[in-house]
Amino acid sequence: MLATVASLVQNESSSGNDGLFLNQFLLLGGVLFCIGVYGVLARRNAVMVLMSIELILNAVNINLLAFGAMNNDVAGAVFALFVIAVAAAEVGVGLAIVLIIYRNRHSVDLNDVDAMKG
Amino acid sequence: MSLASVVASGTPVAQSIFFYLFAAIIVVAALAVVTTKNVVRAALYLITVFAGIVAIYLLLAAEFVAVTQILVYIGAIMVLMLFGIMLTRARIGRDVALTHDNWWIGVATAVLLAGVTGYALLDAFGDDKLPRDTQIKGVAGSNTATVSDVMFQQYLVPFEVVSVLLLAALVGAIVLARKDRG
Repeated sequence: MLATVASLVQNESSSGNDGLFLNQFLLLGGVLFCIGVYGVLARRNAVMVLMSIELILNAVNINLLAFGAMNNDVAGAVFALFVIAVAAAEVGVGLAIVLIIYRNRHSVDLNDVDAMKG
Repeated sequence: MSLASVVASGTPVAQSIFFYLFAAIIVVAALAVVTTKNVVRAALYLITVFAGIVAIYLLLAAEFVAVTQILVYIGAIMVLMLFGIMLTRARIGRDVALTHDNWWIGVATAVLLAGVTGYALLDAFGDDKLPRDTQIKGVAGSNTATVSDVMFQQYLVPFEVVSVLLLAALVGAIVLARKDRG
């Protein structure tokens, strides 16, 4: 018991790399990315596809922040903020396009948007 | 493995517990987003995913990104998504056929991708650990102050480019969505 407390105190005072595994965060990001890819491929409602793209972008953000924490560098957080800004722009334009498709075809089913199909 | 030996091995117990708790919430809610038959419910599950990711950001000591995630994703993007759902007149209820008939190709692709990424990550970063204190030791004192310093010095030009991009996207969305365009 005393040895446990002693090692706990020692761990608290040490500043080496002994926190969480980097792979915990990277694998969470990978799983989230794959779920998003499935959503993009399998959904036929355009709004649902946009939601799946948001999942993918968030997975990338987790990876950026995990690597930033690993290297003790704040650039990961800066690029995560850039990704969030670009995602906001993407959702704005994407939903406007979906609205036009709905206005012209009265449907957001991606199977109906096949004018460029050969 | 007893709790004492876990503590002695140096793994932060509380952080691990909360990481796996929120990771489970995120994965379950994300699966619900891509499988549910109701568009509005999918949007609400997506909010759950974003909130869980906020907790993951806080575990990585990225408090400014966490707050930005709440403001931009949960606040703005989800309101926009719900507007999109309402304007495309999805019924509040079960929608038929939200998923392609050949959805199993998507499953196969996602599982294959997960296998390859998982193998590559475990191979490349096997036992690498984060620093116990993920607070950046910057001149400014906190991570948020360091982020502002770096963003407005080293990354000033990309920052301006992103603001121009946001302006262009805003104008583009208005032009696309207005009714009387010629």
